[in-house]
Amino acid sequence: MIQCQDLRKSYDTHAVLKGIDLGIPKGSIFGLLGPSGAGKTTLIKILTGQIRYDSGNVKVFEKEPACLSGRDKKKFGIMMDNFGVYERFSCGDNLSVYADIYGVSHDRIWHILKEVGLEDALKKSASDLSKGMRARLQLARAFIHAPEIIFLDEPTSGLDPQTMRGIHRIIQEKKDAGCTIFLTTHNMEEASKLCDKVALLNEGEIIEEGKPEDICRRYDHQKKIKIHLSDGKDIELDRQETAAGRISELLRARMLETIHSTEPTLESVFLELTGRNLEEDE
Amino acid sequence: MYNILVIIKKQIRDTFKNKAILIQFILFPLMTIIMENAIHIDDMPEFFFTKLFAVMYIGMAPFVTTASIIAEEKEKNTLRVLMMADVKPWQYLIGIGLYVMAICMVGACVMSVGLPSVDRGFFVLVMCIGFVISIIAGACVGIISRNQMMATSLTMPFMMIFSFAPMLSMFNESIKKYSTVVFTQQLRLLFDRMTFEGYSQTGVIVLCGSAVVCAGMFFFAYQRKGLD
Repeated sequence: MIQCQDLRKSYDTHAVLKGIDLGIPKGSIFGLLGPSGAGKTTLIKILTGQIRYDSGNVKVFEKEPACLSGRDKKKFGIMMDNFGVYERFSCGDNLSVYADIYGVSHDRIWHILKEVGLEDALKKSASDLSKGMRARLQLARAFIHAPEIIFLDEPTSGLDPQTMRGIHRIIQEKKDAGCTIFLTTHNMEEASKLCDKVALLNEGEIIEEGKPEDICRRYDHQKKIKIHLSDGKDIELDRQETAAGRISELLRARMLETIHSTEPTLESVFLELTGRNLEEDE
Repeated sequence: MYNILVIIKKQIRDTFKNKAILIQFILFPLMTIIMENAIHIDDMPEFFFTKLFAVMYIGMAPFVTTASIIAEEKEKNTLRVLMMADVKPWQYLIGIGLYVMAICMVGACVMSVGLPSVDRGFFVLVMCIGFVISIIAGACVGIISRNQMMATSLTMPFMMIFSFAPMLSMFNESIKKYSTVVFTQQLRLLFDRMTFEGYSQTGVIVLCGSAVVCAGMFFFAYQRKGLD
């Protein structure tokens, strides 16, 4: 569905993307993780034909983004954090503009608002929406026309956990309906939970790529088991056969409260690879 | 064509919610009706307020609203969303232009109500010529501007010249001399005559020249900046 080979892009002398290779199959959720300024938004802009790239090979729907026809572009749903809404319009009116452009029945507006939990805000002015509601309205706008590919640029940035969970549910539903989803985030929990595949982007380069659990396993150097005891203490055991006897002892003594493996998170993998935190620039 | 209609529909919906734009559209037609009916002074030229406000309307409403609408969409990034939904820049610009034209023509018709029926067609036609030039100039400013603040700053001096030079030229000979090159002044002279017959060559040159200059600037600005 989306292919990039050795994609490069610079702004003046500053190289933003330095040889990106990506392949995103149909019907999957792909997460691009990276701190602010890593090049995530630039990549979305290139893939959606908003800006041109310097060199490399990019294919979306088997075509160069610059050669995409109007019909192809209508298969995109895009939500970018700087894309505005019509402030003076109600949620319903905002969506009706795009329903008209995409040739979608106006009956679908209420259903789509219901999908994102904004059915009560049909007549509410966009200027009166909270940040979370606005994000959901933008999300509704992105898939009002049932697109084949949805690009989401930091869809949950700055939102409360409840709204975030709601948006995750919607994204998952769209994937189940067969959409291909390309999302950028600096939230590793979001990426681990939602994405079939992630790529870690740092200073314009992909430094790691794969399924979130595979990446975490790959960097699991400690191979430890962490045990929390009923007396409040924590102990760590090597993940080997010898640990079985100790765990058994603790169980018999009724001292074992919780038991965890210690594989790293995507955040700690990123930290290990770059020495930087994913959210340090936020 | 369909996308143009969508843009026009969107703008019509916005007109009733955007008071700043709404005032631009209704101020002068309303003022014309009030002043023509309320004020009668001896020796005052016939339909003085209609002709005066018509020129001010041409120089202000289409120019300011076109620039403001485009600049706002750029500032709020809603224009980018429209482009991503495959609305072509030319469809957007034509949609905005036709919308402003249509609303202003309604205003022109309202302003023409007090005129003798024989002059109404001519009056509306001249208004129409003025609107076209003014809309193109406004689109030019909208394209150049990054945001509404910049659009306001750019429209203000031109708006003052377009709208007030013809009025001030009635009281000051120097202003009258210099305002000959202003297209709204030439339109005012047409309103005074209410016919194209015997219309000066200067007038034709100024009107055609203004249209050509505005169109040239529009294409230059569009080539350079597009709608980004």
